[in-house]
Amino acid sequence: MTRALRLLRRRLVGSVFVLLIVIIGSFLLLEAAPGDAVDAYIVSTGGDAGMIELLRHRWGLDQSELTRLANYLWALLHLDLGQSVTFSRAIRDVILERLPTTLILMGSATALSFGLGSTLGVYAGARPGSFRDRFLSIGSLALYAVPGFWLGLVLIVIFAVDLRWLPVGGIETIASGKTGLARAADIATHLVLPVSALGFIYLALYLRMMRAGMAEAWRQDFVLAARARGLRQRRIVLAHVARNALLPLVTMLGLQSAQMLGGSVVIESVFAVPGLGRLAQEAVAGRDTPLLLGIILVSAVVVVVINLLVDLAYAVLDPRVGASEGSA
Amino acid sequence: MSELTISRRGLLAGSALLLASTALPAIGFAQTPKKGGRLIVAADSEPRNLNPAIVASNGVFFISSKIVETLAEASFDGKDGLQPRLALSWEGAADGLSVTFKLRDGVKWHDGKPFTSADVAFSALQIWKPLQNLGRTVFKDLAAVDTPDDLTAVFKFAKPTPFQLIRNALPALSSVVPKHLYEVGKIEDNPANNAPVGTGPFKFAEYKAGQYYRLTRNDAYWGKDEPYLDEIVYQVLPDRTSAAAALEAEEIQLAAFSAVPLADLDRISKVPGLKVITKGYEGLTYQLVVEINHRRKELADLKVRQAIAHAIDKDFVVKTIFLGYAATATGPVPKNDPQFYTADVPTYSFDVAKANALLDEAGYKRADDGKRFALKLLPAPYFNETKQFGDYLRQALAAIGIDAQIVNNDSAAHIRAVYTDHAFDLAVGPPVFRGDPAISTTILVQSGIPDGVPFSNQGGYKNAELDALIAKASETLDTATRTELYKDFQKKVAADLPLINVAEWSFISVARDTVGNIANNPRWAVSNWADTYLES
Repeated sequence: MTRALRLLRRRLVGSVFVLLIVIIGSFLLLEAAPGDAVDAYIVSTGGDAGMIELLRHRWGLDQSELTRLANYLWALLHLDLGQSVTFSRAIRDVILERLPTTLILMGSATALSFGLGSTLGVYAGARPGSFRDRFLSIGSLALYAVPGFWLGLVLIVIFAVDLRWLPVGGIETIASGKTGLARAADIATHLVLPVSALGFIYLALYLRMMRAGMAEAWRQDFVLAARARGLRQRRIVLAHVARNALLPLVTMLGLQSAQMLGGSVVIESVFAVPGLGRLAQEAVAGRDTPLLLGIILVSAVVVVVINLLVDLAYAVLDPRVGASEGSA
Repeated sequence: MSELTISRRGLLAGSALLLASTALPAIGFAQTPKKGGRLIVAADSEPRNLNPAIVASNGVFFISSKIVETLAEASFDGKDGLQPRLALSWEGAADGLSVTFKLRDGVKWHDGKPFTSADVAFSALQIWKPLQNLGRTVFKDLAAVDTPDDLTAVFKFAKPTPFQLIRNALPALSSVVPKHLYEVGKIEDNPANNAPVGTGPFKFAEYKAGQYYRLTRNDAYWGKDEPYLDEIVYQVLPDRTSAAAALEAEEIQLAAFSAVPLADLDRISKVPGLKVITKGYEGLTYQLVVEINHRRKELADLKVRQAIAHAIDKDFVVKTIFLGYAATATGPVPKNDPQFYTADVPTYSFDVAKANALLDEAGYKRADDGKRFALKLLPAPYFNETKQFGDYLRQALAAIGIDAQIVNNDSAAHIRAVYTDHAFDLAVGPPVFRGDPAISTTILVQSGIPDGVPFSNQGGYKNAELDALIAKASETLDTATRTELYKDFQKKVAADLPLINVAEWSFISVARDTVGNIANNPRWAVSNWADTYLES
């Protein structure tokens, strides 16, 4: 347990610096983008010079960049994410409202791509070079090459418009008054299509990785030893070959979480899911710097936490990690 | 299926004529409106402020016009194109210094308090004049609002103000909000800005960010038997393709403001149970305009501007980019405006040879590579059509030896580049005509506007004659004389080309056949929908 704690502490200290760099970098990037929040706002309203000046003053945009950055960091020290100008609300509330949706979407999609991807990978990797291996590899690669929004639209046309099995978009039925299990079922129905669209794209990664790892493992001496001992094929595949190929996939899981967040921007728009990705897009379009920084910060924390969990999982899965701990 | 639609629409048009004499809205139509039901509508954006008295924009009206009412609404057949809402009548004094509104009796706010002239006075003086994006211009000379009794409001102006302008401004600029909720605290921070309270047929019920807005029936509404619907739900659908899919899947019943892309309309119109409606936006006309930076010496030359006008095939633009859902433009007032439009202006036929000759004459000969000079072209990103026209314009200019380089920006960057930094040579913009040239049209050519004002003359154009004409029209009280001045304005703009008007278009609704009383006024999508109903 102390090992886990030490790992945690080391990671946290490192993370604070990473986050600080991320925040300052994002702030400067967004400042470099032409136009500010007022410019983005008056696109839909118009207005005269006096009104524009009034808005810039109210939203604090008449201060210098440095002052605003300093103010933001100071507030952040007090765990205050600030006010969103696009929503006229506290950023913490806006983000907390959307975070669960994105986490559920990401989590389910990751589970789908990891679960199905690695299972199919085992199936393909059990006999590298066979027909089923080739078929699965090509099929998953084709899916990987498909743009996310297009896959989403195709799923909508087939399952929501033509067959009408599933809803077109949204996270739950509007003002349905459902509670408890009925509501959970409703949300689950709404998530089937977006989760599939997001999950199927990344399925190929896990499948290929599992398959490649297994193909590699087949050539190892311990497989030969297992065969020599007369173990059954099924046992060799699962306990010896697949288990050894599993480790890189867990690493991938951590890396993938960041990419998933990026992919959810598109999927959330197509399926009208009120998540963090869409919020980020709106924050950029609205030049809502503090909101975008808040989203980046929260996303960064999510990614750091996931990777931490992955590291801890590693220790459980691979006894060698524990063995070398003393010297590390 | 489509035959049924046509016959119903024919009946709508026919009965509209009959109704002209009664001025009663929508009772006894082709079909008796049914009571009840939830209308689900697609919404593509979520306005941050839902108070239409502060933000007079279509995005806000789309939702809040059902909750907060104006003094009058636009009408196809009412006197001066208006029909009464909170005001029953309006009369301007001959000296242009006052306008008297008689208000509707027995109207209640959604919280039960009575609506009186004090609310109108408060809204006008504390909100429209100092805070509203459009009201700050139109009501700039409003000095006081007298309230001799609860049902009379007399607007007093410090300088003579044309009654025609005030009248034309009523549908968009006169949203009345309750004084008793707004008189405490800062108006901009009032919670009612996000959960509006009004007198309208629907009450604000809830808003789930990123998901939907829900409005419920106002049982105490002043309109007899109205509203018919129990609920209106605006489902937020940021992706335009999914709006079409949601209509087909019967998850929503109406997509207004061209939420369904033009390219999908042909297919969608063939889907049984869906109808495509082009009516109901006559009062919300957008203009496709080439904005010109007159600081560029080549563009300061009238011959060059004429050459560009001749190089644009307006018919092609209407047919190919707008797929026919638009009209070619002749000048700064759209053809469908009933009061001001004149066709008697200089026009520019599509004539590439003439355009080339004009450029030669101006002294900009083709170089060895066939090019005369290069320009920076910034198409506004707000509409697909403005971007597509940018691509077309680039090709049209190439044909006359002008090398246009397209600069693509997102909305905020575009606004900054064109209206503050003036970092453009040509820009494609979609200004809105709001029923009177003085509201948002004359500022497109008027000089002396500070940097940073969007949708205004930021091209450095200066024409003393035109400025004098605009100033004169703004203080001319007689409606006929004022109208003539604006006709002269159109002629002068078309002759000197401070900007080039290419086309005029408006939006399109797609609805299920079950939605009744659609598009029965020129600002239907942003009107109160009290008479809209759903067949079961």
